Amino acid sequence: MPKRTDIKKILILGSGPIIISQACEFDYSGTQAVKALKEEGYQVVLINSNPATIMTDPEIADKTYVEPITPEMVAKVIEKERPDALLPTLGGQTGLNTALRVAEMGVLERFGVEMLAANVEVIKKAEGRDLFRAAMRKIGLNVPESAIVHRLEEVKAAGEEIGFPIIVRPSFTLGGTGGGVAYNHQELEALCAAGLDLSLNSEVMLERSLLGWKEYELEVMRDQKDNVVIICSIENFDAMGVHTGDSITVAPAQTLTDREYQAMRDASIAIMREIGVETGGSNVQFAVNPKNGELVVIEMNPRVSRSSALASKATGFPIAKIAAKLAVGYTLDEIRNDITRETFASFEPSIDYCVVKIPRWTFEKFPEAEDILSTAMKSVGETMAIGRTFKEAFQKGMRSLEIGATGFGAGPKFNHASLSRLDLERGLHTPNSQRLFFLHEALRREMPIDEIHRLTAIDPWFLRHLKQITDLELVIHQAGFAGLDRELMHRAKQYGFSDQQLAYLTGTSSDDIRERRTQHGIRAVYKLVDTCAAEFEAFTPYYYSTFEEENEARPSDQQKVMILGGGPNRIGQGIEFDYCCVHAAFALKELGLQSIMVNSNPETVSTDYDTSDKLYFEPLTLEDVLNIIHTESPLGVIVQFGGQTPLNLADGLHRAGVNILGTSVDSIDRAEDRQRFQQFLQKLGLLQPENGTARTPEEAMSIAERITYPVVVRPSYVLGGRAMRIVYNQRDLESYMRTAIEVSSEHPILIDKFLKEAVEVDVDAISDGETTIIGAIMQHIEEAGIHSGDSACVLPPHTLSPAMLSQIKAATKAMARELKVIGLMNIQYAVKDEVLYVLEVNPRASRTVPFVSKATGVPLAKLATKVMLGKKLAELGLTREVEITHYAVKEAVFPFDRFANVDTLLGPEMKSTGEVMGVDTNVGLAFAKAQLAAGQKIPASGSVLISVRHNDKPVILPTAQRLSALGFKILATANTAQFLADHGVPCTKVNKISEGRPHILDMIKDKKIQWIINTSMGTRTTEDSYTIRRSALDYHIPYSTTTAGAESMVMAIGALLGKEMEVRALQDYFQ
Amino acid sequence: MKAIIALEDGRTFTGRSFTGPGEAVGEIVFNTGMTGYQEILTDPSYRGQIVTMTYPLIGNYGVNAADMESDAIHPGAFLVKEYNPVPSNFRSQGTLADFLRQHRVLGVEGLDTRAVTRHIRQGGALKGIVSTLDLDPASLVRRAQEWPGLVGHDMVSDVTCAAPYGWADNRPRPGTDFQTAAPGKYLVVAFDFGLKYNQLRLLTDRGCRVQVVPAQTTAREVLAMNPDGIFLSNGPGDPAGVPGVVDTMRELLGKKPIFGICLGHQILGLAYGGLTYKLKFGHRGSNQPVKDLLTGKIEITAQNHGFCVDFASLNPNEVELTHVNLNDNSVEGMRHLKYPAFSVQYHPENAPGPHDSLYLFDRFLDMMRG
Repeated sequence: MPKRTDIKKILILGSGPIIISQACEFDYSGTQAVKALKEEGYQVVLINSNPATIMTDPEIADKTYVEPITPEMVAKVIEKERPDALLPTLGGQTGLNTALRVAEMGVLERFGVEMLAANVEVIKKAEGRDLFRAAMRKIGLNVPESAIVHRLEEVKAAGEEIGFPIIVRPSFTLGGTGGGVAYNHQELEALCAAGLDLSLNSEVMLERSLLGWKEYELEVMRDQKDNVVIICSIENFDAMGVHTGDSITVAPAQTLTDREYQAMRDASIAIMREIGVETGGSNVQFAVNPKNGELVVIEMNPRVSRSSALASKATGFPIAKIAAKLAVGYTLDEIRNDITRETFASFEPSIDYCVVKIPRWTFEKFPEAEDILSTAMKSVGETMAIGRTFKEAFQKGMRSLEIGATGFGAGPKFNHASLSRLDLERGLHTPNSQRLFFLHEALRREMPIDEIHRLTAIDPWFLRHLKQITDLELVIHQAGFAGLDRELMHRAKQYGFSDQQLAYLTGTSSDDIRERRTQHGIRAVYKLVDTCAAEFEAFTPYYYSTFEEENEARPSDQQKVMILGGGPNRIGQGIEFDYCCVHAAFALKELGLQSIMVNSNPETVSTDYDTSDKLYFEPLTLEDVLNIIHTESPLGVIVQFGGQTPLNLADGLHRAGVNILGTSVDSIDRAEDRQRFQQFLQKLGLLQPENGTARTPEEAMSIAERITYPVVVRPSYVLGGRAMRIVYNQRDLESYMRTAIEVSSEHPILIDKFLKEAVEVDVDAISDGETTIIGAIMQHIEEAGIHSGDSACVLPPHTLSPAMLSQIKAATKAMARELKVIGLMNIQYAVKDEVLYVLEVNPRASRTVPFVSKATGVPLAKLATKVMLGKKLAELGLTREVEITHYAVKEAVFPFDRFANVDTLLGPEMKSTGEVMGVDTNVGLAFAKAQLAAGQKIPASGSVLISVRHNDKPVILPTAQRLSALGFKILATANTAQFLADHGVPCTKVNKISEGRPHILDMIKDKKIQWIINTSMGTRTTEDSYTIRRSALDYHIPYSTTTAGAESMVMAIGALLGKEMEVRALQDYFQ
Repeated sequence: MKAIIALEDGRTFTGRSFTGPGEAVGEIVFNTGMTGYQEILTDPSYRGQIVTMTYPLIGNYGVNAADMESDAIHPGAFLVKEYNPVPSNFRSQGTLADFLRQHRVLGVEGLDTRAVTRHIRQGGALKGIVSTLDLDPASLVRRAQEWPGLVGHDMVSDVTCAAPYGWADNRPRPGTDFQTAAPGKYLVVAFDFGLKYNQLRLLTDRGCRVQVVPAQTTAREVLAMNPDGIFLSNGPGDPAGVPGVVDTMRELLGKKPIFGICLGHQILGLAYGGLTYKLKFGHRGSNQPVKDLLTGKIEITAQNHGFCVDFASLNPNEVELTHVNLNDNSVEGMRHLKYPAFSVQYHPENAPGPHDSLYLFDRFLDMMRG
């Protein structure tokens, strides 16, 4: 059937900021879909508050609204744009839930907007547990015994009926937030209370626990003529009980016979039909009893998902793109398969390799949180690896994680040789982020597979393969370098061992191994991901490495540039860097050069085969990257864009004779090496906070004494402020040195004087080696000392003096010149008492590049790519700084709600997972939009609780006065209340928790507080103040933990009370 | 144990036997199914062939009695990237290696099966030899060249049943005239050109009483049983090489409803007066898209064929094209416009493969109902 001509304009909802369970996979799918719809001649209107996405680039959609994805804002966009249709299935759970709310508000009906792909009934049937279960029963499929509860009083009886252990799942939440496993009534009540609160429809499902069952997923597509195909099957390495986002997963399914697989396929198709998903992709999850094959349906998502992104990357089948085309009326047999060109989308991909996805966690950022994996997702990123065998893919995946593992074991880190038997068993039994390393240790100790299976419930098939790896590890170790003959080496490489692992096992260096390998003629070959297991010729060059006979890489004789991506998402390195890499590929295309992308993150746009001319889905290690370089011989490599990952490879690549494009490796080192950096600043006459470098606790003490407390301490060479702290006294410093030195034994600890109450400023600049243009000067909302990634910021700066701004510009240009920057650079400054300090210089793309580009309309990353390839800024038309007449506010988004017992205070270690942008001509409204987009409610009236530390009392006074004037009732804890009363602000004293009831917590629970302002010293000073902050989070009460944040919030409240928010497309800001 | 695979065009590959010593000659083909190796091995259509699985990890779920599609393994040798000796599946009753050894079929692993597949895709299905006994590439290539190949040869006589049997209790029961077949409303005579048990299971499940007969059974013998319908199974090799059966089908045409699958479909094509030809490298896998031209719907099908009906050679006034392959537009199904006869090139009985095409068995029943 041809595409529909009765619709012209389509609205697409994005998924907003990167949070745990909603990451860049929705930028990947959204971008694909928007492009696909535009290709068909539709006008596309997009709403997404996340500036770091490719989909919000002004040239992707026709109208791009970087506005909060709330039903109210979507309604405004609909009213303004009058789209014919809304496609709700591409923006994750956020997009789907928001679309549902918009429909329920009657907005779609009022403006005659049709919901494509999945209508309200479909979404409700798939997402509402009652309806879904009834639907499954109707088609004869089993679902686990369960009960739905809406009130806490119903919980006990339900629990008794189902029997423990019980899985608790709140309906309509993200990634199973608030869910968990209850083993007794007490745990059940606690989980249900939290779940009822989190659920959008106050509904929690209690379910028979299928702990230990095998878990599978099928990715399904349906067109309007009811043709249904399965794109990919996925088998989880971790058994039921671990959220699929936290599970290692493998594609295709490994341990199903055809009969069992077809039964699952039949069930998936029946589910698609019964739920009634009209067109597009869905994901169905199953559990299988390993003892008898009993099949149970867990859930289905009537939309593209993290798994569908993975399935797209795993098979080469672009699910989101095809879903978009199906939504406008095409059928599967009308859409060509881009990869083979001769076949159509109406087929089921066959793959001739094995794909392994491994999640990446960041428990180290939240030391108070228990490292346990359960039914609520906790990982912040993932990596995917492709190999011809499971062993190869698995080991590649392990080194792709970039956590210091060079494969499965056989490396210096993550050694658990000294672990007690009991601890080892515990580590195996309770799923956790370190379990793979415990598995390695168990295998190394020759624990029988049966026993490991009993402890972990991981299928023996997987365990057997891991054992083959550890068995070979032993053989290699015993053979030593002398015994590493061609056959053994070849086998080791086919088992996925890295050169680093072989070096470790034979007591040699990677260079030695590489040399021996070359002598033996063992080289990586590249195979194609082609959707069809080589049955048809493939045209899309999407490669992975393996150690076999035939090499399918076909290096062209065109000029090529390699872009190194950022690997798996982590806190501090995520979508922003992928955005830059994608822009590099686009820029290369504009220059007529071939782009070669190397990355290991399946969620990203950079790993879409459409983005670059060639895609190598490979680990970002020196060995893997050099192997590709030897095959492709690019003219140079771009390392500035992928964050710290490629930068860490720069030196090794440079030493191997690879041309690093842009700023030299020496300049990178000059900015990163403490001593050289100091000399550099001195030469330019620039100031930095007093500082020193310590290798021992004693050294640290004496430095701190000299420069006086408080000081900022951190290990060198880290991103995201890992292990960075503000230390107020000697005792804290001692304890820090004890733990931090473990963090980084080879690198010293850096100690800086902490500039209290200074304003922090971020600058992004671009230089061609001669001319430097400032991309933007961003003023942080929160004071210096809070990680720049966690701080909100305003562009242009709203309170810095003109003199200071020119000083900042001059300093930036001087540094760029001195470092001979070619490409991007980012500088962090602190301004205190009109004195400018340089905190940090990064001669690479920063996290703020996409935000700046969206705010100013200047595509910095693209320009930087061109500059790196020899263009001058003047040629590119960038001759002066861009002045904007609107305000753009960036706000960070935090995962605190995912981790129980974690304080929400901000500090020098980055904790945010994502960011949003609020843009408006009014700075207050821009701030308000940023807050709304970040999920913060903005109170219009009611009571505000103020409880601030001593030093903040005078600072908070104007805020309190303003709130009072705006009609808010002020509540305050004793000291703050006294201070405010003394300064004429009417307020009511409330009890701290230690002061007896009714206290703050009671008021929070009774919803008598609409906003909480609470500041505290750098660490968890008092239990009381922690409890206030945590309750605010848990009860979804807006809170501010800095005075600056509170001040901005008041500005937002004031602006909102004065003026109705309006929506405006990005394209309209730059006309 | 080292094994060498040599092709008639001189290309060789090296692997390891995981079943001990052995040797086999045949046409090298690849199957792109990611599951179902046991059903593939027991599918008689693979007689005379050496099968390469494109999916690299094989043996994962072992073998079991319920997934047998005949009582033997038919390919001469089985080539995989990595054999997995320890199965994990609740239905597993043994390992693939033991199963191959029991049937004296050579299993070879450790070769670049993707390179083999690409080679076949580019060069077409080739004659080849696999051996652990003769490791001299030159000798092997020569012997591959000397093998006569499948074209024009009758492979059916190797796999058809020696004597008639009825299908009951999910197994063959020797006997004639429906006497040993499980009861059913419709009497179906099934020509065994190398049939797969699942065809019989599906017919029986739908209320048919099934009498299986050898390929060379005459029309008179069939009509003497007065069946409600005649089923023509799949089978190996070149349809043009099977003597006599085309004439038999011509005699039966119009007498009783006929349903043909794969080789049965090709034989009907020949009986309708058409021609067949050899595809470059055939269709073998579980993901072949086929469009039913009568309904416009797409089904994902299991296929295993190297020959194909040339539709242009048929009289369009007598035969209608009903199904086409969406990958290469080849003929996947047809029906006779005058007589109650229809057939498909693919395998609606699946095993292995999707269940999208079961409706064809219902169509056969409808036809028998009249």
